[in-house]
Amino acid sequence: MEQLLAIADRFAAQAPPCDYWTLRLVAEESDHLSVRQGVVEPSALGYSLGAMVTVVSGGGLGYGATSDLSPAGLVAATDQALGWAEAHARLGLFDAALYPRSALQAEYRSPLTQPWGNLPLVDKLALLQEANRALAIDERIVDWAAWLAYRRVSQLLVTSEGGRIAQTLDYVSPGLVAVANEGSQTQRRHGGGADWPQQGGLERITAADLLAAAPRVAEEAIALLAAPECPEGRMDLILLPSQMVLQIHESIGHPLELDRILGDERNYAGTSFVTPEMFGTYRYGSALLNVTFDPGIPGELASAVADDEGTPAARERLIRDGILERPLGGRLSQARSGLPGTANARACSWDRPPIDRMANINLEPGPGGQTLADLIGRVERGVLMDTNRSWSIDDSRNKFQFGCELGRLIEDGELKGLVRNPGYRGISAEFWRNLDGIGGADTLEVRGVQNCGKGEPNQAVYVGHAAPPCLFRDVAVFGGEE
Amino acid sequence: MTPDTFFALAEGLNGGLTGQEQLFCALTAEASDFVRLNHNRIRQAGSVRSAALGLTLVAGARQAEASCDLTGDPGQDLTRAQDLLGRLRERLPHVPEDPYLNLSEDPWTGETRVGDQPPDARDAVAALIERAEGLDLVGIWASGEIVEGLVSSIGHGHWHQSQSFNLDWSAYLSGDRAVKASYAGLDWDPRALAAKVEAQRQRLEVTARPARTLTPGRYRAYLAPAAVTDLIDMLAWGGFDLKSHRTRQTPLLKLVRGERSFDPRVTIREEHERGLKPRFTSEGFEKPGAITLIEGGRFAQCLVDARDGKEYGEAVNASGGSPESVALAAGDIPQPRILERLGTGLYVGNLWYCNWSDPNDCRITGMTRFGTYWVEGGELVAPVRVMRFDDSLYHLLGDRLEGLTAERDLILSPQTYEGRSTDSYLLPGLLVSGIELAL
Repeated sequence: MEQLLAIADRFAAQAPPCDYWTLRLVAEESDHLSVRQGVVEPSALGYSLGAMVTVVSGGGLGYGATSDLSPAGLVAATDQALGWAEAHARLGLFDAALYPRSALQAEYRSPLTQPWGNLPLVDKLALLQEANRALAIDERIVDWAAWLAYRRVSQLLVTSEGGRIAQTLDYVSPGLVAVANEGSQTQRRHGGGADWPQQGGLERITAADLLAAAPRVAEEAIALLAAPECPEGRMDLILLPSQMVLQIHESIGHPLELDRILGDERNYAGTSFVTPEMFGTYRYGSALLNVTFDPGIPGELASAVADDEGTPAARERLIRDGILERPLGGRLSQARSGLPGTANARACSWDRPPIDRMANINLEPGPGGQTLADLIGRVERGVLMDTNRSWSIDDSRNKFQFGCELGRLIEDGELKGLVRNPGYRGISAEFWRNLDGIGGADTLEVRGVQNCGKGEPNQAVYVGHAAPPCLFRDVAVFGGEE
Repeated sequence: MTPDTFFALAEGLNGGLTGQEQLFCALTAEASDFVRLNHNRIRQAGSVRSAALGLTLVAGARQAEASCDLTGDPGQDLTRAQDLLGRLRERLPHVPEDPYLNLSEDPWTGETRVGDQPPDARDAVAALIERAEGLDLVGIWASGEIVEGLVSSIGHGHWHQSQSFNLDWSAYLSGDRAVKASYAGLDWDPRALAAKVEAQRQRLEVTARPARTLTPGRYRAYLAPAAVTDLIDMLAWGGFDLKSHRTRQTPLLKLVRGERSFDPRVTIREEHERGLKPRFTSEGFEKPGAITLIEGGRFAQCLVDARDGKEYGEAVNASGGSPESVALAAGDIPQPRILERLGTGLYVGNLWYCNWSDPNDCRITGMTRFGTYWVEGGELVAPVRVMRFDDSLYHLLGDRLEGLTAERDLILSPQTYEGRSTDSYLLPGLLVSGIELAL
């Protein structure tokens, strides 16, 4: 961070003549370790350092991004930004005076108990080897791997109005996969943190049960080979948090993004079935549905003190008792639309500009402290689904189809045998109204996704989602084959 | 970054290597302009100048990799790269020997330059906005230089530089009713842009008609080349890479096992010779001009990257397991007669958000999007509201394939996740007797 501060000070001293500027410096270091079938794969260290200069000038807005952080390099990036601001002033969609100005001074560090460097490389590799041995339990396991990924992002946003926001985010992401095959049937199972990312250090390895999960992951992959196909028909559905993450992400998070509603994403990620007049009145789901934007959950993937426009991050209610309240939009989108929003203008790195993104979008636990067993006990005939493996939704974020790695039949309130290739489809606007049960606070799991893609030019970001298991009624469920 | 500065940087590193060390230095760099449009106005515009160095250090049978951004200043970059090399040296003794280490031992050199200076982005975007007056246009302009380089301490020396533009846009009526278009390439021609915008205006007239809602079921359909890209992308996801085949994860497992088949007219090739991508891999191997992946409906060859090649004893023929320059062989239906051949059914202009429904059966789900129409008597009759399909490629490229168009579209990928893509597709349209619509 000291290096970034020095560069920022130097930039501020030669600041460009314009109405407003920001300099966003991002330093990133990463490491990736993987052992596949007992063989250590080439490790990959990564170091990235660059900056984006954003300027508001003469009614226009432009940016220039560069990995050359010398004074000359930043001047060149500034000149490019000024050139684009001039073009934007002539042909722009909005008056750049709407661009939010920030004087916020703040600092954030993600929770970190055990830094990545605390465990020697040989010990990390030994851990992954041990996990590999625990996965290779049967000849039908035809491929298997365990990995550890480390990423530290240090970001400094400074503005011409005295804003200075320093954020350091640490992530250690462990994971496992086992692939089982018999004939023309192949099944995959993930675990050990593969779909349970959070901010933090090496303590994430223990929290994610990397070693303990390995035998179960392999056993389930094998068991799925012989399991019957998931039945087809309309029935009740219980989604574990490992699938709720995607359900929330695709059919609540994305439709509420204000830039979609404003039309920015129509050529790529899509529009939204949500329209501005719906806020405050539209019944998004049953009265059990409460969804928040919450950047303050310790360790959740997108927890932060501010967004990349310099807006302080704060918890907001998006859906209250099933009624839609607020979209996901940064201050620029709020100004363009006249709607309220959230601090969620985020960029994936120094070479991409901020756009409206999800941050932490959480489904609040239900009242009454229901357990998973309580939810299962309320199902006469249905399926429980675990761990997303496939996701698809239309460009308005309405017609969706998801597949999971593992399903279990539920009959007369009891969990029965495994079913393979479980999937379900529905329409967002109807699906959430069939929400009929939510686990209590003890069942809440803080997870997220690390590959949320959007934007032109394209950006992939980390997004946090916390959810309990949920019960939905009357859902179209199906299995594999034809 | 120029070839001289990159080669000098690599030489500076090579000069410090010890006796048994080998070093492969890879460069990726771009100087790009991005202009985002909405409502036929500039939404967000800027420039990105980036350069990244990738190092693979080998000592005996041990290897480790690292990467860092470069500044463009030779002295500073050498210092940064030497520091990176030092970190790899520290790491190397702590990693075991790698049985699948596979770097080219036959040094070769080459320099290729593709395309001329693209048009000034400001001028091109201004021309588009003027030409699209009255349209609700939304999309992205991306242009500029992309460079990939490779130097090894044993003598490899490569430089591949391309200059291109990629304009990818849609024109909207209301809601999700729109027509998509793209214009990408190496040589900018304002007349070509004008023709595309005019064709889009004409198609919007049909799109403006009252939309039809289809019920789920099987429909006779034509999938335009832009829609076929999404199907090919799914096949590219494990369909051709050697590791997926040897570990029986490929969605084409039943094809390989002879349990299912494609139509004999289905031939798919990887055409490295097309020139947008460099012909060298980051391990120094030369990609062959073309690789036949599926021939006459039967599986032919896998794509083999360096690591998989060593593990499974196959010759290297690709940078990775997914095609970069894929081509589907043309058929014999003249494009102008495709609506006549379709008769009554669905014209699918674009697909969207495909994913596996059941990879064991090569079953895909996804959505129709943009210009999708109901056709009757060989005429576009009305736009169709978006529908979800769920069907197996063993049907769409197999027993329900009626034909492929004689003409093919060259489609340059507009993707920009890891920098501007240089992937491309050469694809015909597909006429199928049925596609299953599920929702």
